Amino acid sequence: MTNNHSTIALIMAGRRQRRGRWILVTSLLAVLACMLCCAMLMLGNTIYPVQDVIRALSGEQLKGVSFAVSTIRLPRMLAGLFAGFAFGIAGYTFQTMLRNPLANPNVIGITSGSSVAAVFCIVILQASGAVISIASVIAGLATVILIYVLSRGRSFSIGRLILVGIGIQAMIDAIISYLMLVSAEQDLPAAIRWLTGSLNGAQMDRLPPLMVTVLICTPIIILLGKQLNLLELGEQAATSLGVATDKTRIALIVASVCMIAIATATTGPIAFVSFLAGPIAKRLVGIGFSNIIPAGLVGINLVLAADLIGQFATPYRFPVGIITGLLGAPYLIFLLVRMNRKGEL
Amino acid sequence: MPKNFALVLAACIVLLVVCVLASLALGSKPLRFQEIMDGLFRSDVDSYSANIVRKRISRTVFSLCCGAALGVSGALMQAVTRNPIADPSILGVNMGASLFVVCGIAFWNISTANQYVWLALAGAALTAVFVFGIGSMGRGGATPIKLVLAGAATSAALGSLVTAIMIPRSYVMDQFRFWQVGSVGSASWGGIGTFVPFLAVGLLVGFLAAPALNALALGDDTATGLGVRTGALRFAAALAGVLLCGATTALAGPIGFIGLLSTHVIRLMIGPDLRFVIPMSAIAGAGILTIADVGGRLIGRPGELEVGVVTAFIGAPILIIVAMRSKVRSL
Repeated sequence: MTNNHSTIALIMAGRRQRRGRWILVTSLLAVLACMLCCAMLMLGNTIYPVQDVIRALSGEQLKGVSFAVSTIRLPRMLAGLFAGFAFGIAGYTFQTMLRNPLANPNVIGITSGSSVAAVFCIVILQASGAVISIASVIAGLATVILIYVLSRGRSFSIGRLILVGIGIQAMIDAIISYLMLVSAEQDLPAAIRWLTGSLNGAQMDRLPPLMVTVLICTPIIILLGKQLNLLELGEQAATSLGVATDKTRIALIVASVCMIAIATATTGPIAFVSFLAGPIAKRLVGIGFSNIIPAGLVGINLVLAADLIGQFATPYRFPVGIITGLLGAPYLIFLLVRMNRKGEL
Repeated sequence: MPKNFALVLAACIVLLVVCVLASLALGSKPLRFQEIMDGLFRSDVDSYSANIVRKRISRTVFSLCCGAALGVSGALMQAVTRNPIADPSILGVNMGASLFVVCGIAFWNISTANQYVWLALAGAALTAVFVFGIGSMGRGGATPIKLVLAGAATSAALGSLVTAIMIPRSYVMDQFRFWQVGSVGSASWGGIGTFVPFLAVGLLVGFLAAPALNALALGDDTATGLGVRTGALRFAAALAGVLLCGATTALAGPIGFIGLLSTHVIRLMIGPDLRFVIPMSAIAGAGILTIADVGGRLIGRPGELEVGVVTAFIGAPILIIVAMRSKVRSL
């Protein structure tokens, strides 16, 4: 009996410890994100002190400050904030659900699917705003379905899914090149800006769709967090633990593709954020707890930090997508090397 | 000899001739039959349309050379790695060549085709070694999935570097843009002259290595038992493969999926014997690249769609099909 008690006590202690770590890491990430948000508002051609920023945000008209902060820096910060959060959570969801850090929207072509729809809307239909968002969500979901159908085969394998995804991505990229070719010259800058992933063009009136989507989809994914963690144990284990695997998967896919697609439609595909956020969060928090929120926070930190680096630490004002690409690609290679060594592929 | 080899050879040659004729006759500017004939056979006619036809001649020759090089390069890489999806674009070799060319333009003010070639070759070779090194780590050697992922990751990494070097330097972007699209449209006789020696050496090594590569397909042990020096063979064949695709990339820009497409089509028809697959891949590659170029010219009217875009679109499905058909374990 006593033995049993002490085991339970040990488990409880471990649980408390892990929860403590989760709370600590999450709050640190949140604090860091807040600091980066403040930096985004304060820094620029002119550096404004905190009081001025707060006064400008609360509606006071200060010469120069109000325009710079409310019209330029605030939308930029909010776009980075929400897009980073969306990319982080959606990437983490895919990686966990498919049990492979490489199976994320960037690698298997879902982001490309959303991109091609958006470029089509910009270049051919001359559409904007809501139409682009809706089209990129639909195209993202269609890409997922296509990849899934093609990679089903006799038995499902992640390896096949990734190969098929890469093939689809190559085809979609070819279509994007074609669209760029036939586009009228005045639409080209919009399309190119859109494809590199940049916060430069963020405007307040384009943000509501992204905010609403994030606010709707995040709770859904968090509610399904337990099932998501069980899915990571494998199809059979999850089923026997009472998860309705198909329904859960569909709900998770729809929610995360919506977030990815809308975020992509707002800021463009910011490379590798959805890929990096999950593994980093897992490293920081450890296993045993849901890493959904930490992954989102890591995503925010990555995007905002990369944007600040791009704006101020380099001589050329690189767009955020370039910085995340330069940081993310070596990590991808590192991860591959490690997975190959362990024989996980 | 494979049983329907003669038939397939005849069909390929007929198709090749059709491709060449189409490439001479069709383009963004529609020409009458008489104008084409003038351009081809009467050097004294100096009209606008005759000059267009003459431009198309060099372009056609160039696309035939590039296609042959890429087809053989794909076949060699697949044989060396014993892997059905090896192709310069999938392995990221094209992107390696791109990075070196961009560095050349940006930092060393390089601007002629002769200098591009050596840079692109160096970039292609280094990237090939790097990707293959990563892909063959761990259990099971270089499986398709590992190689593809290593290639995709390397491409992504090098691609970000290319963009980062290019964005602040508008003059580099301007020069690089024309190179990067993967097009045979800029063909000149001088460029073809630079290209031919590489093509000749690569094809020669490829043809000579074919019987030994057949033995290698049985496995390293069997090949050694049959008297093949596997290390030297791998090195020679891989070098020839990189030479062919690096030289093509240097002059035409990155053109993907030709190696994958032509080799798989040929293997489907005449079986796996490399003594026949390698030469036939050259013919098929030449035909496919030429017809893709014609297609790009027609689709993109009044401009043109670069051939690299067309080949990616028609070639990527092969990757998907290979992935769909392969057994889980062999991934």
